[in-house]
Amino acid sequence: MQAALKPSRVNPVYPFRKPADLDGRERHYPVCVVGAGPVGLAAAIDLKLRGVDVVLVDEDDTVSAGSRLICLAKRTLEILARLGVGPELAAKGVVWNRGKVFHGDELVYAFDLLPEEGHRWPAFINIQQYYVEEYLVDRARSLGIDLRWKTRLTGTEDLGDGVRARVSTPAGGYSFTCEWLLACDGVRSAVRDGLDLPFRGRSFPDRFLIADVRMKAAFPAERRFWFDPPFHAGRSALLHKQPDDIWRIDLQLGPDADPDEEAKPERVLPRIRAMIGPDTPFDLEWVSVYTFRCRRLERFRHGRIFFLGDAAHQVSPFGARGGNGGIQDADNLAWKLAETIGGRAGPALLDSYEAERIPAADENILNSSRSTDFMTPVGGAAEAFRDAALSLSRRHAFARSFVNSGRLSTPALLAGSPLSTPDCADFEGPMQPGAAAVDAPFDDGWWLDRLDGGFALLHFSERDENTPKHPEGIAMHCARSDGLLAARYDGRPGTTWLFRPDQHVAARWRSFDPALVGAAVDRARGRS
Amino acid sequence: MNRADDVFAALVEAHRELDEAESRRLDARLILLLANEVGDGERVLALIRDARADGAGSVQSTGAAGKGEGG
Repeated sequence: MQAALKPSRVNPVYPFRKPADLDGRERHYPVCVVGAGPVGLAAAIDLKLRGVDVVLVDEDDTVSAGSRLICLAKRTLEILARLGVGPELAAKGVVWNRGKVFHGDELVYAFDLLPEEGHRWPAFINIQQYYVEEYLVDRARSLGIDLRWKTRLTGTEDLGDGVRARVSTPAGGYSFTCEWLLACDGVRSAVRDGLDLPFRGRSFPDRFLIADVRMKAAFPAERRFWFDPPFHAGRSALLHKQPDDIWRIDLQLGPDADPDEEAKPERVLPRIRAMIGPDTPFDLEWVSVYTFRCRRLERFRHGRIFFLGDAAHQVSPFGARGGNGGIQDADNLAWKLAETIGGRAGPALLDSYEAERIPAADENILNSSRSTDFMTPVGGAAEAFRDAALSLSRRHAFARSFVNSGRLSTPALLAGSPLSTPDCADFEGPMQPGAAAVDAPFDDGWWLDRLDGGFALLHFSERDENTPKHPEGIAMHCARSDGLLAARYDGRPGTTWLFRPDQHVAARWRSFDPALVGAAVDRARGRS
Repeated sequence: MNRADDVFAALVEAHRELDEAESRRLDARLILLLANEVGDGERVLALIRDARADGAGSVQSTGAAGKGEGG
């Protein structure tokens, strides 16, 4: 099988360096992050930018093999831009906003995920996971983060006011203590296994072939999904464009497919050939056969250990909710830990990680389960309704809303968050307390670039006014009440919004009152 | 309901000479069309619970029909 795979790129190798810890004296660190995938790297960088020193350990010494997470959603791009890798992602990634769903060889419907102008980032960019990790590793290195490769976590011990971690390395094992440990070590989390925590949910019987194919093809940069295509009868197929002339192809194989057989090139190559036609030369970069599961931990926090990303929750890939959900976990937790370590937070702040991210994980699990159920109906009734929705959708627009080829990742609303101050006035539009701030052009740049890591206020007025006096340590931005930013934030004169350090809305008012702002900041810090 | 006997007869007649799978698909299409005529998703969910509660006698109406599979 290896002979037929022709990867066009050699992944970087990050050398193992002997840490001083091997001298036998046990060190203490504020935070240890386990796992240098996109989620662990994002968490470590976010913490470091907030002044918290991090040790990041990973059992491997390189980046992801294969494209894996390829679709970075708008919210993820906004988070990663705040962490400092926006220019690299923008330069390399393939932008897409549109998708098409086919049944047989007929177009059922097309959709546009970002139908309006005035946003820094598109609905999605596609980029291989190895590039995302490489850019984040480079960023982490430039910030001086203590990255420890070939360092495998072998156990944790709850010390009450901290955690002792034991690791093994090519030069021997050692232990250290930390105040907080972040398990970002993926679906097969060693931290989770070490604590013997149940990881429960559903398995889906169908197997899927996932391949990276390199070819010069003229398909547009859009998501294409087929139900029962002529080239793969009776099953589904998905095509995504990636950088470097690499295309990601997902093919449903059914429940009886043998995963070892199906990963062999003599089985894979004809399937790809049938899809792309007889004339296009192609090379196979990477191939894998999967079954999908949707499951999560019951709790995402165990004492001083937090679980993020796939270590905490697993979803099927339809909807691009795995990596995007995981990076939102990191975005949610990093500022809370930094506020706590800095002595500015009440205990409720760290508790809110579960209150906010467990419902977000459930939303992702619900959506990706429903998509997978639609694609792989089990039983006569499920199949009949799926077929009915598809066949009606050709003639009836309403039936298209039932056709589910993946409900693509949207930012978690954090509705009902304990950190949000409830409204005491009426507002128009989709923005609300808990929602991630929506972007707009602002002062020759972008609004979200101004929300660069701390609490911030946005105040609307009819004409340029002097900045009202505001609480110390909180950025104050003033905007005219007639621009696009005002339209998106219902910014009538006097309207004031308070944003959290992760760019989510904490509170909003129809006038500016420093006492109310102070109380809302206290609440958002878990102090009331 | 007006023309009740006509509607009932037409429902039965529509299935004539269809095998079980074809019958099922016909019903599924008809249900989706009717759901669209009802228009309100909440109302459709209530009707699904109603139909389920009336079936077989052994099935309890738990209100779970509209809750989905997550969580």
